[in-house]
This record gives sequence, structure tokens and C-alpha cells, in this order.
Amino acid sequence: MAVAAATETGARPSRAGRRLSTPAWVGTVPFLAYVAIFLVWPTGIVVVDALKNPNGAWAFSNITELGNPLVRGYFIGSFKLCLLSSLLGAVFGAILAYAVASGDPDGTVRRLYLAVSGVLAQFGGVTLAFAFLALIGPVGLLFHASWFYSFPWGITVIYTYFQIPLMVLVFLPAIDGLKVQWREASENLGASAWQYWRHVGGPLLAPAFLGGLLLLFANALSAFATIIAWENQIAYIVPQQISTALSSEVGLSNVNVADLLALGMVIMVAIVMTGYALLQRRAARWLR
Amino acid sequence: MAALTSVGETPLTAPAGRPSGMQARRRKRLNMFRYVVFTVFGLFFLLPLLAMVRFSLEGAKLGTWSVTAWKQIASYSGTGIPPLISSIEITLELAVITCVVMLVLLVPTMIWVRLRVQWLARTMEFLCLLPLTIPAIVLVVGLGAIYNKIQHYSLSALMLFWVYVILALPYAYRALAAGLSAIDVTTLSEAARSLGASWFSVMVRVIAPNMRQAILNAVLLTAALVLGEFTIAYLLLYNNLQVELYSISRNTPNAGVLFSTSVAALLFGFALLMILSYAGRRRRGRG
Amino acid sequence: MRSTYRLALAGAAAAALLAAGCSSSGSSSSSGNGTSSAANWATETSASGGGGMNALVAAAKKEGTLNVIALPPTWANYGAILSAFTAKYGIKINSALPDGTSQQEVNAVKTESGTAKAPDVLDVGLAVALANTSLFAPYQVSTWSDIPTAQKEASGLWYEDYGGYMAVGYSSKFGTITSLNDLLSSKFKNAVALNGNPTSANAALNGVMMANLAQGGTASDISKGVSFFQKLKTAGNFSPVSATGATIKAGTTPVVFNWDYLNLPSYVGVSNWKVFIPQNAVLGGFYAQAINKTAPHPAAARLWEEFLYSQAANGGQNLWLQGGARPVEQAAMKSNGSINATAAGKLPSVTGSPVFLTQAQNTDAANYLAANWAKAVG
Repeated sequence: MAVAAATETGARPSRAGRRLSTPAWVGTVPFLAYVAIFLVWPTGIVVVDALKNPNGAWAFSNITELGNPLVRGYFIGSFKLCLLSSLLGAVFGAILAYAVASGDPDGTVRRLYLAVSGVLAQFGGVTLAFAFLALIGPVGLLFHASWFYSFPWGITVIYTYFQIPLMVLVFLPAIDGLKVQWREASENLGASAWQYWRHVGGPLLAPAFLGGLLLLFANALSAFATIIAWENQIAYIVPQQISTALSSEVGLSNVNVADLLALGMVIMVAIVMTGYALLQRRAARWLR
Repeated sequence: MAALTSVGETPLTAPAGRPSGMQARRRKRLNMFRYVVFTVFGLFFLLPLLAMVRFSLEGAKLGTWSVTAWKQIASYSGTGIPPLISSIEITLELAVITCVVMLVLLVPTMIWVRLRVQWLARTMEFLCLLPLTIPAIVLVVGLGAIYNKIQHYSLSALMLFWVYVILALPYAYRALAAGLSAIDVTTLSEAARSLGASWFSVMVRVIAPNMRQAILNAVLLTAALVLGEFTIAYLLLYNNLQVELYSISRNTPNAGVLFSTSVAALLFGFALLMILSYAGRRRRGRG
Repeated sequence: MRSTYRLALAGAAAAALLAAGCSSSGSSSSSGNGTSSAANWATETSASGGGGMNALVAAAKKEGTLNVIALPPTWANYGAILSAFTAKYGIKINSALPDGTSQQEVNAVKTESGTAKAPDVLDVGLAVALANTSLFAPYQVSTWSDIPTAQKEASGLWYEDYGGYMAVGYSSKFGTITSLNDLLSSKFKNAVALNGNPTSANAALNGVMMANLAQGGTASDISKGVSFFQKLKTAGNFSPVSATGATIKAGTTPVVFNWDYLNLPSYVGVSNWKVFIPQNAVLGGFYAQAINKTAPHPAAARLWEEFLYSQAANGGQNLWLQGGARPVEQAAMKSNGSINATAAGKLPSVTGSPVFLTQAQNTDAANYLAANWAKAVG
């Protein structure tokens, strides 16, 4: 069959003038089609609806809504929460990753912490909010602290609970890539630990660290379940406001506003993820 | 940058032999540092979990103990909604289906792209990273129309797998890409082909076994994602584990079963990961 | 061979679909074999028009299933109502999204229209009912004349079902509250919560409005309510945490603004729970029933409404009463003696005439909150 003819490996001589051969990229069609239907098309719907009116007419002026101080407030709130939780997560995650990496590579501690990180990185939502409510409430294990209830402090601490494990998972390969020989070489040349980190280790780890930071930022931005389970009386961040725009029962529901906020989020995350992709390519070069 | 650390993977470089003098001092300081770090972080992660365990063992009156909440995992049922155990079943089934479809979709495509369609590699990487860029809450707004069509064929919550595979793409792709880059796909496939193997055989019998650790890793990350997914199921009005837990939390004063189910899910995931971590180690030894 | 690969992929996908279809537990697509009677009932505007109650019951039983949405079991005794309906008629009820808002009910009707999963009946706040009448089918229950005129839509598109007054529920460890200003004292640190976000949830908006009225404001201007909560926040007494039965039990939210029927000790699950309704701020709110125009089970939907408005001892109206909510036919039931007197006696007594928000007042309040709530208490 013609299909077989096109799947020749490089070992066979190439034919001049392909006849009836399906190009190789056809093999990727199932994947591309799947992604197109379930990812690209829904996103397209959201983007298009963001620029429409409730009655279906085009309304490009909707974009100016993003400049509305109320809306800006939600984005600023999201930004604050995401920045704080990703900074804390990145720094502490890096420290924890270093502690894990510098131990026995085959040991139980490393396996334990990796397993815990794998589980906790996805542990969020209702159960996490509840764990902290159980911890903090007056009858919980700790007395409740007022600062915990003010935005963004409490929710930031909750977010770091899954940010730190994610950072460990993402940053560990980078630390593993730091060869022992480099450390030994720098010591042979008389460098102190501080100098090693400042001139060798630091710059090597920097792209991976920043990449991890950006990934954590994007992760925090999309988080939804945790914050609505924790506090739902005030909308601080964009996902909460999207939820209000979709399900408000006092007449403030507006799908187009929800789509517009979603569009804003997509733009914000796209900027972050582009930075991540660029940094991550830089880091890969060093670790090869 | 290398992929997410796979659970069973160990770094290639081993630490140096018995240190002495300055290295011994450094080693001691390092160990001190490690103990402090592990204790502090251990506490941070452990405390909320302990609080959950404590509340899961809480009796009807505060201060008494009882294992009712744990027994309720199997028996809890609200009026009109399917029992808790059925949402657990559905979520587990969803995890399995999502993993299978994800592997069937990604592994052949990635191998194919690696071998024959390299110019699509960047695009594929971009597409696989895209779900991270598009938050679930955004995606679900656009998915309404598609799921309406799907619901004409099947009302089961298992239909969520279509979108869960998309959500798992970034994590699974990274894990599989790490595995693929560690082996010489071209040589292996050429050798197999020259011995007369079909493409199916090449993928399933030659390349995939060499990627076992990466595949395990991808499966694990996908399963963890499905077990914890809330937003899309909630907004598409399906009933999975997290949605049911949310419902219980909003409507029941005796939320003990909420805590016991969460602790059980966490322990399950943790046990799975530890097993896989030790299972993967044996493979690695053979290189 | 690529064809093998494609075949394998297709096979896997088909297997997955098949597995999914075979193990579709829960919702049955048994939407009636009686096609002719189903089509009839979808347009009937009363039981008598379709051939009487017996015909309705028979048709509903044939359909066998009812889809409801956003009915928490502990909300106004809905758990008992759902069980009673199934016990009486043998019709299975699928209760989706128990924690949903009225708008989510409407969204579900729109996005699931044409599937067997779409909600058959709705229980929504007035604002949402008024805005979505195009989705409803007109129907008048047998006891239609017992519903006050002001509380129903003339042709039967929607009709109010039960309601209550906005109250403050609190743990008795605080003593007794006699005025809302008591909440500003320091013993209520981090203690006071609403039931949701006022820009999103009906109950929360009415909570702020009740505070507004108690502080001397009028129903058309909610600003005094917002400033009350701002004062609470400045005093450090406002807790933004989601108040649920579990947080009340754990003591994290010991003071909650909520409808009186949701502040029953049995609902919140703590025995030392008290309820306070300010004398000068009796704010009432009713919810409304409606039938989905494209309901997958039209006869079951109509039977459900008949059940809810039945004045029997074990009918909907009395069951709601037992849940601490005031049924809409309460006045008529008192005069014809069908009311459950014990349950009626347990309702919190109020002094002062109740205020009900009009549509315009509701909208103004919502708009004011949209612009000022986050700023005031955030």
C-alpha cells in the first residue's frame, strides 16, 4: 500500500519523484486534530466572545474595559498573589531542592521528598484550604492569627504549600547537573564557598531558577479552587471575578466580561510563559 | 532544561569518597544545613496534614475520637447525588483512561516527530506547553459548546478525559521528552526497521521499553492531575472526587469525611509514588 | 506501518469511548418511552389540561427520572423533600451541583439544552427568574389561587416558593446580641462572615442590605450597609473566610449573616447557635420555581411542582415549613387549616413590617456593590 512506501527509513535509497506517498507529517494529524478541537478551538471561542456584546455584535471597545480601575484591581491582586507565592516558593523550593540533591542519590530521604513533592504539587483546592482552616481556626491546632486572613498573606502561605514542591520537582535536575568536579576545581583554585556560588554555581543555576520562578507564577495564576474554597466573600483575583461574572445571581453575570477577563489572563500568562521558554532553552545549553 | 525530575531517577554523578580535612568540615556543615532544612520543611508540610488527620478522627462532639469519618468513605451519600464512593470510582477510572489516551496520543507522535518530522518539534513543544498558558477556568468557558455535543452521546463524567488529556500535556510531554532525549531513537528505530519490524513494533517493542521510567513518570503526573482536578469538572457540572468533596464541605456540618477522604487520597498518591520510585530504580541500573 | 499505528490509535480511542459509555453510571437516559404523552406534557399549562392528576402521575412515572439542580439537602429541608418525592412516586431524582447559584442553574439549562442531563426544574432568586423568563414553560399548579398575586407571574412562568428573613446567626458563647452595633465590639474579632460574595450571591447581597436597613438606610441605597461592613473590617471583626457548616462547627466563623432558615441549629450543626433579626430591619426574600421549557422530563417536572405546592401534611409546603422557611401559601394554609402548626410555631418571630426588595432596588444594590464592595472590605 502507498502508505508503506512513505514510511521508508533513511536506510533505503530515496526515490526520485515520490508517487502516491503521504508526507511524514500526516502521522501527527491525530495529535494536531485533538489539540485543535479541545484546546485551540475553545480558546478561540473565548477570545472571540471577549470582543462581543451580550447580543452577539462585535464590540472591540471591550478591550478598554481592561483599563477600568476595578478590573485593574483584580489583575493587580492576581499579580501580587502570584508574585509573592512564586518568589517564596522558588526561594524555599530551591533551598529544599539543594538539601535533597546534596544527599545520597539513592537514599530514602531523597525518594521520600520527591514522592511528597510529586503528591503535594497537585494537592490544592478544597482539601488544602480545609487543611489550613483546620490548622488555623480557634479550635484548630494553632490559634488563629489575624494577619492570616488579610489578603494576600494567608492565601500566599497556602499557595506556597503547592508551589514549593513544584519548584523542587523543576529545579532538582538543574542542581543535579552541577558537577562535583566544578566545585572541586574551584576549591583547588582557592575559592571560598561564597565565591564558588557567586561566580560558578549561581550563574549556572540562574536560568533554571528564573525558569522555575516563571513556571510557579503561571501555576499560581491559574489556581482557582483553593481560593474559592478559602475565602469567597470578596473577589481579590481574576479567577474569582471570572467565576462571579459567570455565576452571579444578583444580575451581574455577563459572559462577555468573563471572556474578557479570561483574555487578559491569557495575555498575562503568555508573557510569562514566553519568558519561561526562552530561559529554559538557555539553561538546557549549560546542562547538556 | 531537563524535565521534571522523575521520581526514580538518580543523578549521574556520585558524591566523592570519604572526605577529609576541609572537605570533612564542609560535609559536616552541609549535613547540619540539611537536617535543619528537612526539619523545618518537614514541619511545614506535616502540620496541615496532621490537622486534617486529627479532624478526620474527630467524633460528633469536639474533643471525642471516632473512626466514623474513615468508614464513611465507603458509605457516605447525600440525597439525590451519587454516593462518595462512586465519585471516587469515577475519578480513578478517569485517571486510567486519561493516562492511556495520553500515552497513545503522545508517545507515537513524539517518536514520529523525533524521527521523521523534526521541523514540527518546536510546534509540538509549543502546543504541549500551551495548556499551562490557558488556565482551566478560561478553557472551560470555551468548552461548553463542545461538551454539549459530547453530552448527546454520553452523559458519563468519564467524558472529562477528553479535556484532562489536554491538561496533562505539559507535564507528560516534559517527562516523555526527557526520556526520549536520553536514548538514541534514530539508531534504535533504524536497526529495528532494517530487521523488518513494522512501525508499530518499533514503537511498542523497541523504543517504549527503553523509555519505561519516563513513561511511568508521565503516567504518575497525569494521574496526580486527574485526582486533583476541580475547576473543569465543577464548571461543566460533572461530579468527580474534588467536586463532591467541595459539595460535602459546603453542605455538611460534619465534614469529617472530607478530611478522611483527602488524607486517603494523599496517602494513596504517596504510596504509588514511592512504589514507582523503587520500581524505576531497578531499570536504571541496567542503563 | 503507519496504517497499523493509525488503527491502533483509533482502536484505543474507540475502546476508551466504549469503556466510558459502558460504565456511565448514575444518570440514566430513560427519558420516557411515552413519546406522545411527553410531547403533550411539555406544553400543558395545568394538570387538568393534560387529563388530570392521575394522567400526570402516570406520565411522570413513565419518564422515571427528574433532574434537579442547586438543591442542597440542608437548605430549607430539601433533603427530606427529595426523599419524600421519590418515596411517593418512585421517580429517581438526579441532583446536580447542590452548591450552585441561581445563575449557574440558568447556565446549565442553556449549555445542556437538548441533552438528557438538562435540569427539568429551577429554584432561583427573583432577579434571575425575571431575567430569564424566555427559558421557562408556563404552568399553573392546582393550588395556584392560593399563591398571592404579587408573588407569581400571571401566566405561570415563575411562582415564588418559600422565603425567610435575613438574620444573624451566632454562637451563644457571645451572649445575646440585641443590635447589629454589638458586632463592632472587640470580642467579635475575626468572627463575622456573610454567606458568599454580595456581588455574586443573593443571600450575601441581602445580608448587606439588612445591615443597611438596620443602620438607618433605605432599600434604594445600600451605601450604609457597605459602610457598616467597612467598620467591621476596620475593627478587625470581618472574616473573609467562606462560611460553611464545617467552619461554623470548627469555630472559625462563629457569626454568620444568612437567611433565618439557614441559621437553624439543625442546619449549622451546632446546638449552641442563636438567631437574631433586628427589629427595624426585617428583610424578606423569596425564591421562585420555574419549569425548563425544553425539559427532558416534562411530566416529571410538572408533577414535582404539584408536589411542592401540595398542602398535604407531607407535601412540599409543609416540608419547607419544617425546614424553617416560610412557604408562599402560608396565609391560605393557615385559614384552611392544612398548615403544620408546630412547625409554624417554631419560626422566629419578627417585629416590624417586612421589606421586600423590588427588581429595581435589587439592581441598584448590585451595581453599587460591584463598584464599592471590594474597595470597602478588601
